[in-house]
Amino acid sequence: MKFKSLIASLLVASASLAPTAFAKDITLLNVSYDPTRELYKEVNAAFAKEWKTKTGDNVTINQSHAGSGAQSRAVIDGLKADVVTLALAYDIDVIAEKAKLFPENWQTRLPESSTPYTSTIVFIVRKGNPWKIKDWDDLAKQGISVITPNPKTSGGARWNYLAAYGYSLHKNGNDEKKAQEFVGKIFKNVPVLDTGARGSTVTFAQRGLGDVAISWENEAYLTLQEFGADKFEIIYPPESILAEPPVTLVDKNADSRGTRAVAEAYLQFLYTPEAQGIIAKNHYRPRLASAALASTPQIKLFNISEFGGWKKAQAVHFNDGGIFDKIYQAK
Amino acid sequence: MRLRINPITETPAVKFTLLGIGLLYIALFLVLPVVAVFNEALRKGFGAYFVAISDPIALSAIKLTFITAAIAVPANLIFGVAASWAVAKFDFRGKSFLITLIDLPFSVSPVVSGLVYVLLFGAQGLVGPWLQAHDIQIVFAVPGIVLATIFVTFPFVARELIPLMQEQGTEEEEAARSLGADGWQTFFRVTLPNIKWGLLYGVLLCNARAMGEFGAVSVVSGKIRGLTNTMPLHVEILYNEYNMVAAFAVASLLASLALVTLVAKGLLEWRYGHELGVART
Repeated sequence: MKFKSLIASLLVASASLAPTAFAKDITLLNVSYDPTRELYKEVNAAFAKEWKTKTGDNVTINQSHAGSGAQSRAVIDGLKADVVTLALAYDIDVIAEKAKLFPENWQTRLPESSTPYTSTIVFIVRKGNPWKIKDWDDLAKQGISVITPNPKTSGGARWNYLAAYGYSLHKNGNDEKKAQEFVGKIFKNVPVLDTGARGSTVTFAQRGLGDVAISWENEAYLTLQEFGADKFEIIYPPESILAEPPVTLVDKNADSRGTRAVAEAYLQFLYTPEAQGIIAKNHYRPRLASAALASTPQIKLFNISEFGGWKKAQAVHFNDGGIFDKIYQAK
Repeated sequence: MRLRINPITETPAVKFTLLGIGLLYIALFLVLPVVAVFNEALRKGFGAYFVAISDPIALSAIKLTFITAAIAVPANLIFGVAASWAVAKFDFRGKSFLITLIDLPFSVSPVVSGLVYVLLFGAQGLVGPWLQAHDIQIVFAVPGIVLATIFVTFPFVARELIPLMQEQGTEEEEAARSLGADGWQTFFRVTLPNIKWGLLYGVLLCNARAMGEFGAVSVVSGKIRGLTNTMPLHVEILYNEYNMVAAFAVASLLASLALVTLVAKGLLEWRYGHELGVART
């Protein structure tokens, strides 16, 4: 009796599966930076739904998250990403340069320099802002404990660093020496350097270290959401950097896996009103003006071109023997 | 006449103070953390706990952990027995070098153990280009995770057996040979029964480490959710996603595995302590 009903249910199950047996099952691997976990979870679900109605195929997007620099390294070493969505252009440049998995002009292939959204760098402080932190100068004060990740491995950390550096340049008439001293003072206040932005947020919010965390805007909102707005506050400095996290297809991997069409569609999907809405909802800054949240504060933003673009900024500040090494060793 | 010595010759005060310190220490550093793990895992009740550990991504992490251990432990069992047999029963040049090599994974940081495989099998590595041309993926896939795990758990079985077999010497094997047994018969009828408890002990330790390894595996995993995350990596991911209940639920599974290992180890020591005693000196 039991056996019969088992057979019957198997037959029913296989019959109901039959019509979908012709749909292809495709997987993509999106190798991304640290704080985009929640964003891509939502984007992936929306894209899979759209792709299903368009083509009938099932697409599953697998995610890998870690510090942007570390992820870039992993793709160079053979992590089979179909697309990379990293924190800054240099981490993608270096894949093109070292592993030659896609052309070096990758950034011209999608709208807005292949950057479907932007973000900025803000401060998270404990409720009530007990140390009255308002601006970058407050982070350099003696006795303030600042949490930020390691610029060697984290993309967000490099934006944090350049935001502070740029602020000082503007304040002191482009005096490089003063800017280095200023950023050096901030890094003297950093007790731990985590490898990625999420690690840093956990250190600050969960483990309770530090008086202020320098953070992606989106990560700051997530902290408030996860831990309660009654525990933390977001402080917008009057001036910060326009962070541009770009995306690209990894041509060689996608071609060898036969996923180019769907991977390209996936990246283009990021620019659609639907995805831009998800982007705004997760507190990134969408390119589509109509998708932007009215509540997002407008502050003065400068961009990476002030540092001569990412290749130059990376070489001058973050490569071995660069300015970051000098000021951090001087600790 | 048998000499009778009462081992408890201290005054009760000293006895209980020492006992108390020992118990307090155990409670503080061993019991409390384990209780905390289970407490956090069950903070939102059994329902949330089971939802967390039956999540498809958690299940795939559990599966991968078991697959990895199921390959790494037998591999090191065979190697460990072969190596300790060779070291303990024969004399040859380079013997001490071999013993040093076996110990290498203990002295190398797990991160380095992982990086070695990236340097060898990564796309920019020594054999990476050849592997790519033949569409073989080792690092950032299951084979890399298994290799890294085998590497870090390499010494456990051999380290347990070598002293034990050395202590036992070769007389029994020599007797077996002189009575006409061949090599395999000697091994299975004489050597293996002599070392079985030590072997089991080594396998238990090897298994515990294989399931719990974080550093080396983290380097070669690529951290693809649902594909290349083992349980320890999945715990970190969940923790970093503020999913505390799920993180501690998976952690509690790992802790349970460790507890089972500990109990098995305790039973072995209690029952066969005299045989194991040799191995632990």
